[in-house]
Amino acid sequence: MSKLIDSLETDHEGYLKRRSDWTRALAVELAGADGIDLHEAHWEVINFLQEYYENYDIAPAIRILTKQIGKRYGPEKGNSKYLYELFPKGPAKQACRYAGLPKPTGCV
Amino acid sequence: MSTTEPDNVALNGPVVGRYRVIPLIEKGATAGMRPAVASKDVQEALALPGTLVADWQDKAIKRLGQLVKQRRGLRVFLDNCTKCGACTDKCHYFLGTRDPKNMPVARQDLIRSVYRRYFTLAGRLFPWLVGARTLNKALLQDWYTYFHQCSQCRRCTVFCPKGIDTSEVTMAGREILASIGLGQQYSQEIITKVKSIGNNLGMKPRALADVLENLEEDILDDTGVPVRLPLDDSRADVLLVTPSADFFAEPHVDGLIGYAKVLHQAGVRWTFSSQASEAANFALFTGQHDHMRDIALRIRNAAVDLAVSRIVIGECGHAWRVAYSYLDALVGPLDFLDPAHSRVEHICEVTHQLLTQGRITLDPQRNAGKVITYHDSCNVARGASMGQRAGGQFRIPRELLAASVPRVVEMSADTTKQKTFCCGGGGGLLTDDMMAVRIKGALPRAQALQSVVDSDEVTHLVAICAICKTQLSSVLPHYGLQHVQVTSLHHLVGDALVL
Repeated sequence: MSKLIDSLETDHEGYLKRRSDWTRALAVELAGADGIDLHEAHWEVINFLQEYYENYDIAPAIRILTKQIGKRYGPEKGNSKYLYELFPKGPAKQACRYAGLPKPTGCV
Repeated sequence: MSTTEPDNVALNGPVVGRYRVIPLIEKGATAGMRPAVASKDVQEALALPGTLVADWQDKAIKRLGQLVKQRRGLRVFLDNCTKCGACTDKCHYFLGTRDPKNMPVARQDLIRSVYRRYFTLAGRLFPWLVGARTLNKALLQDWYTYFHQCSQCRRCTVFCPKGIDTSEVTMAGREILASIGLGQQYSQEIITKVKSIGNNLGMKPRALADVLENLEEDILDDTGVPVRLPLDDSRADVLLVTPSADFFAEPHVDGLIGYAKVLHQAGVRWTFSSQASEAANFALFTGQHDHMRDIALRIRNAAVDLAVSRIVIGECGHAWRVAYSYLDALVGPLDFLDPAHSRVEHICEVTHQLLTQGRITLDPQRNAGKVITYHDSCNVARGASMGQRAGGQFRIPRELLAASVPRVVEMSADTTKQKTFCCGGGGGLLTDDMMAVRIKGALPRAQALQSVVDSDEVTHLVAICAICKTQLSSVLPHYGLQHVQVTSLHHLVGDALVL
């Protein structure tokens, strides 16, 4: 079966080159390839990442991500343990890839 | 060593930690591990060829000729190795990978042999007699691979009787590679971002302001004290330049909060700058001196624009090396600074000074229960000093820790201070595509840490470098050391601070 990602331009680590190429179906496909079934909780994070990126041209710092998720969706969700349970390879990197955002690169 | 030697010879011999074993070599063990080559757009943004040029051999040799003329040290390092072997077991990447091409002398020989072939009489006439080699595709591949399995930490240099600095050879190798179209994606992309946006992460001023505002809110919630994190504040006396990871990553951000608490408590008027929101200078790693100057110039310009009288550098290893050792040469003289603070200062020496003057109070009991050990970052330990006293780069951080935490334990002396081992992620290797090499390269540090975890139940490993903090947090779990918390020095200082 052909995959959506195969027809799109990505960097050497599989992050989309153009954010406009992103679709919900693509996020489902990328997560599925990692064995993750996207639920509402995942979408809360993905949507927040996209919204933040729209405002600031960069993914949020992990501390801001946890704080804002906690504020919006309940304090039990405002910690990195919760986010790592959703995205075991790291909310910053893994969730950004599903959200179609470039990976934050630096000494991080 | 001969078994007939008297005992006192053995006792006076080099100290080798009891847990560190020199491995048997494994040829080609990491020959296939190399980072992604820079994309066409990144290369071209830096005025470099987008892909490997057709006449790469001629161009590389010509560039090498220029570099040995411009960089006198490089020429000396290529000329004066006697192949004594003292460096062979001193590199963390060799110890971790067992690949003999990661022995520092072998790494240098990747270029030395080419230098001999084209730039020495003996090499031109009798290459087979002097280990001179023609630069061919296989050797070029080795250059790319093994110059990216060196973190330029300079531990080998400490043990070299000739003082050969392998990092200078690696830097030259990477500079030549980038000039023929083979830059490294991670480092070159970061250089494009810091030059265009002002920091390695690519955080624009609006994002930076949002982070700082959020952190002010967090500190107020935690302590009840309105500690400020000012940005572009023209009333400031002190410009604080810190690695952008401090704004973004864990455990770095707690260190940033620590700086702010200390400066607040001492009543220092200070600011960050959106123009120079990055202390790091990756052009040191790529050996690209023009870019290094441009990146350093942002700091000078920001200081002039904000009319500050002091420049202070946050917890970043190589930034401190660049600031301490090269800033004057790159963008000096910094004659607009306060004569009493005419040199760029490290945040640790500033905090130490405030502590000595009684302008801040630290209560180690606030860190009760923590047993910490200190990892010397290579670019601080071997690339610079600190404060106005010999060995300040070793003593000042340790004195701050002793004042902040009830119990500080030292790792084995052959893995600390001048002989410290790299975290395994320095010099532009802190990228996911190098994870296998990064894990292997952390072996000696992990072994030394394991030893103090076993003997003293160490709970925290402290570093003053953004790369060390990210790298050690990522790789220690691979050694079963995930329960040791990697921590910023100023996190502990901030927690001990009486506000």
